[in-house]
Amino acid sequence: MKKEDLPQDPGALDKFTREVCYVKNQDGKYETALSRGWEVKKQALDSAWDDVNERIEDARQAVARGEKSPVHYFMELRLMDLPVLSGYTGFFPFFIKRHLKPSVFKDLSDRKLEKYARAFDISVSELKNFKG
Amino acid sequence: MNIDSQTDAFRHVQTAHCENGVTTALLRYHGLEFMTEPLAFGMGSGLFYIQIPFLTVNNGPAISFRTMPGAIFKRTCKSLGVEVTRKKFSNVTAAEAFLDQKVKEGVPVGCQVGVFHLTYFPKEYRFHFNAHNLIVFGQEDDQYMISDPVMEDVTTLSKADLTRVRFAQGPLAPKGHIYFPERVKPVTEDVIRQGIVKGIRRNVRDMLRIPGNFAGVDGIRHTSGHIRKWRDKLGLKKASLYLGQIVRMQEEIGTGGGGFRFLYGAFLEEAAAYMQDDRLSNISEDFTKAGDMWRASAIKMAGVYKGRLTEQKDFEEIADMLLDIRLVEKEAFQKLSGLNLGK
Repeated sequence: MKKEDLPQDPGALDKFTREVCYVKNQDGKYETALSRGWEVKKQALDSAWDDVNERIEDARQAVARGEKSPVHYFMELRLMDLPVLSGYTGFFPFFIKRHLKPSVFKDLSDRKLEKYARAFDISVSELKNFKG
Repeated sequence: MNIDSQTDAFRHVQTAHCENGVTTALLRYHGLEFMTEPLAFGMGSGLFYIQIPFLTVNNGPAISFRTMPGAIFKRTCKSLGVEVTRKKFSNVTAAEAFLDQKVKEGVPVGCQVGVFHLTYFPKEYRFHFNAHNLIVFGQEDDQYMISDPVMEDVTTLSKADLTRVRFAQGPLAPKGHIYFPERVKPVTEDVIRQGIVKGIRRNVRDMLRIPGNFAGVDGIRHTSGHIRKWRDKLGLKKASLYLGQIVRMQEEIGTGGGGFRFLYGAFLEEAAAYMQDDRLSNISEDFTKAGDMWRASAIKMAGVYKGRLTEQKDFEEIADMLLDIRLVEKEAFQKLSGLNLGK
């Protein structure tokens, strides 16, 4: 990429930092330059966040309808998937899947709820009483 | 601060990629002033491609444009005869105590961290990605001084925040991973040249001769084949999210696939000067071309996730673009493979 083609589209990073890029100068040699961002990237990030927000909203509705337990909602809210939540709680993914069912969730011990609450950065009562 | 000798003051270095940055800044701190990001990247054979089978990241395909985390630092130090200490911890208190000890001794250290809880990052960038790297180089009051290579300036983290990111969980959990050069002897130009040759050879092996069809240059073809099927298999919405994920893996802060091709081009240009060999700067052009092609493919993919391009033929075109990139990179590595660089 030529130095003059380096995009300077303000993105999510704009108030935070500029990025180092390797570009060709007029003599055809590499040098570094700073970029404020690139529209193509910004849109990729935006569409990822649109998806995240949609998943969170779907999860909220599923809890409100009584189809899923609050674990499902907070897992989406914290951008976690089964392997990540498994890492934070120490539960195997197989058991987490079971805990996503409201019928299984309502009988969970406080110790287990405590582990979920810590992973989600909320209190046990917030987790227990989330109704969607 | 005493600045009589070069090794007394830590200087922040901003780079395109975090692990290169940590490697460069730590080695420069220990007196290896010649170290640059492209050199660290090339000696560490950083260029790679892999679509990891059966694994998803943030609900999309797991694709990496660089070698595995930790390898660049390890290989570059090894090539230069630099002894390295690295530790992982199962115990949080022990990890904190070890870091505090090093900070007290005034030794800057590299740390692997997760970005999800990294408080100084903008929220938009905080996904669960656990192979980010930064340097801790001091402490003021309860704040650790942090040099994050993707940032223009140094920053700080509280003890609780630093511990939290060092013990992020999930795939690639850092487990308090801490690393730093232990003993650094002066390095001759000859050693640098040997490191360059070794780095290139290993990169040729990784890209051309790695077994399986999902890694190296063949990995690009593998992904291309997937893209052709995504629209029918996953539906337009999910398929376009997947393309968005490729672009993010490729271009976003600290991952930079297209950017890595330019970085490798810059490395070969530097290598040409060290080796007094113009053939290397010619091959550098091929990587510049590959980088430009990756960026062109990202623009095309953006057309899909922006909802402007929706037809199967658009997916076919993107898949074909990846095949062209594969050819360019394959030929470039074949040329590198064919060079008799001696040593």
